[in-house]
Amino acid sequence: MAVLSIGIFYYMDLQLKNITHSYGEIDVLGNIDLTVNGGEIVCIVGPSGCGKSTLLRLIGGLERPVSGEVLLLGEPPKESLNPLTYIFQDFALLPWRTVEGNVSLALEDHSISKLESREIINDVLSRTHLSDFRKALPRQLSGGMKQRVAIARALAVRPAVMLMDEPLSALDSQTRELLMDDLIDLWMRESFTAVYVTHNLHEAVRFGHRIVVLSRRPGRVREVVKIDRPLGDRGDANADLEEVQQHLWSLMRDEARAADRELLHG
Amino acid sequence: MVNDRARPVPFRGGGFKHKPAVAVSLLVFVVLILFWEVGSRTGFISNLVLPAPSEAFTALLQLIETDMLWKHLSASLQRLILGWTFGTLFGVCVGLLIGLFSIVRAGLSPLVSAIFAIPKIAMLPLFIIWFGIGEGSKVATILFGTFFPTVIATYGGVDNVDRTLIRMGQSFGLSWLSIVRKIIIPGALPAILSGFRISASIGIILLVAAEMIGAEFGIGAYILLAGSLMATDQLIAGVSILSLMGLTMAWLIGKAENYFLKWRM
Repeated sequence: MAVLSIGIFYYMDLQLKNITHSYGEIDVLGNIDLTVNGGEIVCIVGPSGCGKSTLLRLIGGLERPVSGEVLLLGEPPKESLNPLTYIFQDFALLPWRTVEGNVSLALEDHSISKLESREIINDVLSRTHLSDFRKALPRQLSGGMKQRVAIARALAVRPAVMLMDEPLSALDSQTRELLMDDLIDLWMRESFTAVYVTHNLHEAVRFGHRIVVLSRRPGRVREVVKIDRPLGDRGDANADLEEVQQHLWSLMRDEARAADRELLHG
Repeated sequence: MVNDRARPVPFRGGGFKHKPAVAVSLLVFVVLILFWEVGSRTGFISNLVLPAPSEAFTALLQLIETDMLWKHLSASLQRLILGWTFGTLFGVCVGLLIGLFSIVRAGLSPLVSAIFAIPKIAMLPLFIIWFGIGEGSKVATILFGTFFPTVIATYGGVDNVDRTLIRMGQSFGLSWLSIVRKIIIPGALPAILSGFRISASIGIILLVAAEMIGAEFGIGAYILLAGSLMATDQLIAGVSILSLMGLTMAWLIGKAENYFLKWRM
């Protein structure tokens, strides 16, 4: 068996072709066309209920679109155990398994040796600063630590594309900042491909190379905003980022208000 | 000026939080027994109505001395353990099948609901015809009685497993069997164990009922005999053995919960 190199992300392009989706009578997504290039982070923002999370589930094959297709361009690299890997908003850790056990869950169904899987676990835990907590149970960890475990678990399967569903939304604002820095660090060390769904425009302009703005339900692509400033250079207050954020908000404000009303009136 | 009118904010919280008070539980128990004993000795409580606790205790000692305790207890425990073990085992299996497969659910869950409501003791005559007057019918009564609540607890537990965890398992490409073994069964275990608590007490109730209908030995038979002889001291002794059996089972299940559900504590 080939020796696996640890800690390298692999590129794979994703293409969404004319995706339409509905739940019964309710249309959630309409005619979404989108390409995600290797090594790029695409953020998806939009008012609540616009189908952002649904879109992510469609991309990862957890749901089937009513029409249209999601294509993977190129073979996923052999070393990748799970090419499309999610990070969930509510962490989705097994409460009966330790930190270590939760990471190993993702490796157990693959034919890799015990030794190798231990090496992978050690590596991802050290990269997410969790080495001292390997025997802890999820209930003993803070929200930020739990999400670190989920990130470690995702890294362990060497994904080609990371699918992040509001990964920071369940955390308080300080933890959110810290974890955002960690994610950017991870990307700076080894760039990876990601689709990042959020309702937080600040996160979107910090983390996205491109930001896709969806309209309210049924979600359609309203605009794609490109940010050229490199990720490592977005730390402190930047006038241009501020401007992009303002622009995004102006795109979304009316939609968000309308979406809010829609929910209130059932 | 402000200070003149300053007064502390009155405390309004508290009052609905329980504090542990072991001494009180023991005290109630001791006072009750003492009251009962004194009442019997002074004739305040007629001996015909209720024997003194000391008399019941003597009856219990007699039972031990004549070696009859073990005979009754082993007969009862054997029935209970056989019936309960197989009842819950089949119950967990069928409950999992109902929880996991739509076809099994559609086929069996109405049936389970329909039979669950029947008091199994009403079926005992039928069980006697099917399984004979001996051990078979008694074990069958307990088995059927514990089977249905376990089925319902198990598939309820499977239904309540966090869907996001299952979706997580699918998103990491875990096999169907892995998801069942590593996510669904551990997730349903709290509900299954609390189902065990209920089925254990149902088991004891049915045990006594079945033994009262036709058994030479067994705690139920002992109580029935004591009752027909108006030997109320023996009756109380028998009932307290049942109570101890119930407590022991609850304690064992508590131990199992502590072990299997450590992660919840």
